[in-house]
Amino acid sequence: MKNMIKFILKKTIRMVSLLIALCIISFLLISYSPIDPIQAYVGADMMRVGPEQRDKIAEYWGLDQSPLEQFVQWGSRVLQGDLGTSMIYRRPVADIISEKFLNSIILMSLAWLLSGIIGFIIGSIAAMKKDTWIDRTIKWYCYTLASTPTFWIGLLFLMIFAAWLDWFPIGLGVPAGVIAEDVTIGDRIKHLILPTLTLSMIGIANIALHTRQKLIDILSSDYVLFAKARGEKGFVLFWRHGLRNVALPAITLQFAAFSELFGGAVIAETVFSYPGLGQATVEAGLRGDVPLLLGIVIFSAIFVFIGNLVADLIYRLVDPRIREGKFL
Amino acid sequence: MLEVNHLSISFLQYEKGLKQQQLKVIKDLSVSVHSGEILAVVGSSGSGKSLLAHAILGILPTNATTEGTIYFDGVKLTPEKKEEFRGKEISFVPQSVNFLDPLMRVGTQVRNAARGASTSAQRKAFERLRLAKDVEQKFPFQLSGGMARRVLASTAMVSGAKLIIADEPTPGMDPTVIKEALKYFRELADSGCTVLMITHDIGAALEIADKIAVFYAGTTVESAMVNDFSGDGRLLRHPYSKALWRALPQNDFLPIPGSQPLPYANLPGCLFEPRCAFATTECRQDEPKPREIRNGIVRCIHAT
Repeated sequence: MKNMIKFILKKTIRMVSLLIALCIISFLLISYSPIDPIQAYVGADMMRVGPEQRDKIAEYWGLDQSPLEQFVQWGSRVLQGDLGTSMIYRRPVADIISEKFLNSIILMSLAWLLSGIIGFIIGSIAAMKKDTWIDRTIKWYCYTLASTPTFWIGLLFLMIFAAWLDWFPIGLGVPAGVIAEDVTIGDRIKHLILPTLTLSMIGIANIALHTRQKLIDILSSDYVLFAKARGEKGFVLFWRHGLRNVALPAITLQFAAFSELFGGAVIAETVFSYPGLGQATVEAGLRGDVPLLLGIVIFSAIFVFIGNLVADLIYRLVDPRIREGKFL
Repeated sequence: MLEVNHLSISFLQYEKGLKQQQLKVIKDLSVSVHSGEILAVVGSSGSGKSLLAHAILGILPTNATTEGTIYFDGVKLTPEKKEEFRGKEISFVPQSVNFLDPLMRVGTQVRNAARGASTSAQRKAFERLRLAKDVEQKFPFQLSGGMARRVLASTAMVSGAKLIIADEPTPGMDPTVIKEALKYFRELADSGCTVLMITHDIGAALEIADKIAVFYAGTTVESAMVNDFSGDGRLLRHPYSKALWRALPQNDFLPIPGSQPLPYANLPGCLFEPRCAFATTECRQDEPKPREIRNGIVRCIHAT
């Protein structure tokens, strides 16, 4: 119990320091970016905006202050729980993030589950059938996928399934030109399929290759040798010893992949114009929406951190060497 | 019961670059043991003795090739037969805790090796080897070295196999448990089981074995009855066996100068010649063939 408290305390300190560092770095990067937030805010009407109006806008958003002053102001408001107002949506950042995240979470969790399950299964098959044609096919497939950029796969899917075959819509989260109340669940699912496939595709290769290698290591271990000497083989061997030992690293990997999931979502959502958090990130970056961008940075950092924390906790709960051993 | 004839094991290895080399680790090894007997294969650590066990069970790594024949109960052991027999007819006692699944309770692992009423068999075996009842709920990392070996030995006890191959079963156990384990092997043998014990512990081997095969540089240089190891070793046939016997603390405690040749060495003559006090020029020319002398087998041209 004492160890658990120490563990939580350590993790919390780490998380807080990580967030502070992340905010400072992001803020610095944005303040040095060549995008003029006022121009990005006003857009095409820039020609009609005079210098006085310009100054007024700058004053309204606090852009006339030095970056340090801006950061201190923003920081103290964040500490009070106020993430500020988005410049492009003109609504509180917290609202935007929760709305966009709800769209993304379905996409991300589906892709996460799909890539985890399929990746684990084909990785295990490849390892059990090592050096056969099945293994070679799976390996070839994984290497091809792993070396393919996400956006390219997305474009390919769009071309084949949306443009040529016309099976799925070309983009967006809901049909265009339909009132919100008239959108059916079927519509939403239809819009979800291609982005999900794209996002899970990359994860599959990663998980499968890791699982394969880990399981091959396990299969060449002394305890599997001894299990073979006791007459175990094939599926029984995998079930008793392979699965048990490969599951732990696989689960850890799966939760640690939260960061890749987030990164992948940014790209997949942009390609499919899917109105999720990833797309909002790109928008905020391109249009110099500092409050929204920083809000997303904080949110995604917490998201990824929680993923890693869950992986750590599962290890502690499942692995008897940590659970029943006294060492943490 | 078990007859190993001219067994050779070699590994395919890459030298510098892509040049491949066949590395012969065991060459022309022959041993035999009848049912109800205990044969101890004795040799120094790291000499490849374990590979003999792995070869009989057919669990050598894939880059290994074997020559020679192995007969079990009159049946020639092909890879298929080995797969059929292992765990059922032939049971293996490996040498370290690494051979236990780190994430499975040891009681379950022992039960998985058993036929029929596994739980009672496992408990009986644990009791026999003085393992406390709560040990079955433990994971391998919670065991001491001696406990782990007893758990490993109990997998053989519950299997009901006719041939038990034990690879270094004794180190790490305390003397009373060694006695108990050895006694158990002896009892198994007396009830008709065959035991092949691979060990560097000559003391333990002498205590229970009927026959002893002395292993040196990848082959057996002598097969002798256990009684031949007595007195000043005069009954022994090979100079290495004699030197080994005299190196024991309770005898002269004389070390053998030099070290075993590596498998790369490819000596043309007798493998022990560089270290042998009685070597002559003829020893360097041809590999000595096994000869039968006084009910034992020896590979030495000077043996009488």
